[in-house]
This record gives sequence, structure tokens and C-alpha cells, in this order.
Amino acid sequence: MGDPMKIRTKLEGDVLDVRVLMAHPMETGQRKDGAGNVVPLHFIQTISAQLNGKPVFQADTSQAISRNPVFGFKVKGAKAGDRLSITWTDNKGDKRTDEVTIPTA
Amino acid sequence: MTEPSRRTALKRTGAVAATAFAAGLLRPAEALADWNRSAFESKTVADALRNLKVASPADTKDIVIRAPDIAENGAVVPIEIQSNLAGTKSIVVLIDKNPFPYAASFDFAQGALPYVALRVKMGETSNVRVVAATADGKFHAAVKEVKVTIGGCGG
Repeated sequence: MGDPMKIRTKLEGDVLDVRVLMAHPMETGQRKDGAGNVVPLHFIQTISAQLNGKPVFQADTSQAISRNPVFGFKVKGAKAGDRLSITWTDNKGDKRTDEVTIPTA
Repeated sequence: MTEPSRRTALKRTGAVAATAFAAGLLRPAEALADWNRSAFESKTVADALRNLKVASPADTKDIVIRAPDIAENGAVVPIEIQSNLAGTKSIVVLIDKNPFPYAASFDFAQGALPYVALRVKMGETSNVRVVAATADGKFHAAVKEVKVTIGGCGG
């Protein structure tokens, strides 16, 4: 369980604009720490977003995604009151889910 | 007095399971179920595309890649991708010159628009390659070069 995601949504007509920030180190397995030891790979591998329980957006990711990843995506046909839930899992089996309700514009 | 010993045994089983989990022996199966390890571990674009089962993508101007021409910091390169191809189901992002080019793939369903914004690490100046898969089973590709002045891969 990492820190909570920051999920920001904006409704433009019936298109929901989503921006999500995840707190994660996204270690590449190539970086060395101060003592010269390689910091092991640690990165988010999958992300899935559901609108009212239906999958809308899914991602498979590598260590090439920047630290504290930010993703933006858009869903047509959304409305105020819909529930948006986002889950990530990383290569160590850690996972986190956060949910927001789309506010009335 | 069988009750306490049973309880102790249960407790012990739990502790063993927790230790195994912590040691990474028992990973949640679903976490790696669909994650295409062979593609993510490919060291060339050609290998990655082969492992992703992308066959002969046609060049297109209908995939719009918005990324800086020059990225000052390779650790955080913002990229926005918009596909104007009808029936775009998924988008794959590769960074040609990264040690492992395949950076991410995105699947769209149930009204999600074929659009994604992300931030990637780039080790050096490279083409950012985007391949879109459409509902007719075809693949389409577009590239954009991003010049990197400071690499982002732990350098």
C-alpha cells in the first residue's frame, strides 16, 4: 500500500478528463544508491480504471515510466455521480485502489 | 487440551504464509497474469514488437504524438498521444534507444477515448514510437524524436 493516489476529474460535456498521480519510486534497477549498491527494480506493472465497475482504461507499464507516475485519459459517456476507481499493482505484488465520485459540474 | 495446540498450529501456518509472501515466493497470480514479460524485457524495438505480436505496422499521420522536441530532463518527459484512427483499441509506446524499449501499453474500452498522457524516462535522444491497434486487426505506427540533454536512467 503506497500513499493515496491523487485523482482529478473534469467533465467536459459527457467526456470525463481524468488525471491521476500515483506515489511510487519506479526504480529502474539500474540506479545505484549512495553506497554504490544497485537499487532493485521496483515499478508499477499494471493499472486499471473502472467507471461504475466497468473497465474503461488499462495499462501495462515498465520501469521507463517516470517516478510518481502521472497518467491522463478520457472517457466518453460519463456523468456526475459516476464512480471512478483506479488500481495499480507493482512488481513486488503491492497494490492500491482509490475511488472518487464525479462531482456535479 | 487439544484446542490451544490447534490454535498455535493455525497461527504458525499463518506466519509461514506471511513470511513466504514477504519473501516474494507467493506472488499474487493476477499481478503478473497478463503482463507481457518477454516484450518488456526485449532489448530492441524489433524484438519487443515481435513479442507483442505486432505485425507490419503501417506508418500513419493519424496518431498525434505531443512531446517536447528537446527534453531538458530525461527522467520526466511528458508525452500525450491521441489516435484519430477509427476503432483504436490499444496503444503501445516504445522508446527506441532505452535499454528496454517497450515502455507501456494502454487498452481502451467502454467509451474510453484513444487518448493517453504519460511521463516517461529517456536515457538519451531517441525516437518515441507509438503503435496503435485498431478493431480491424491492423497496426499503425507513428514516431516523434525527442532530444534529451540529461538522461533519466540513473545516470
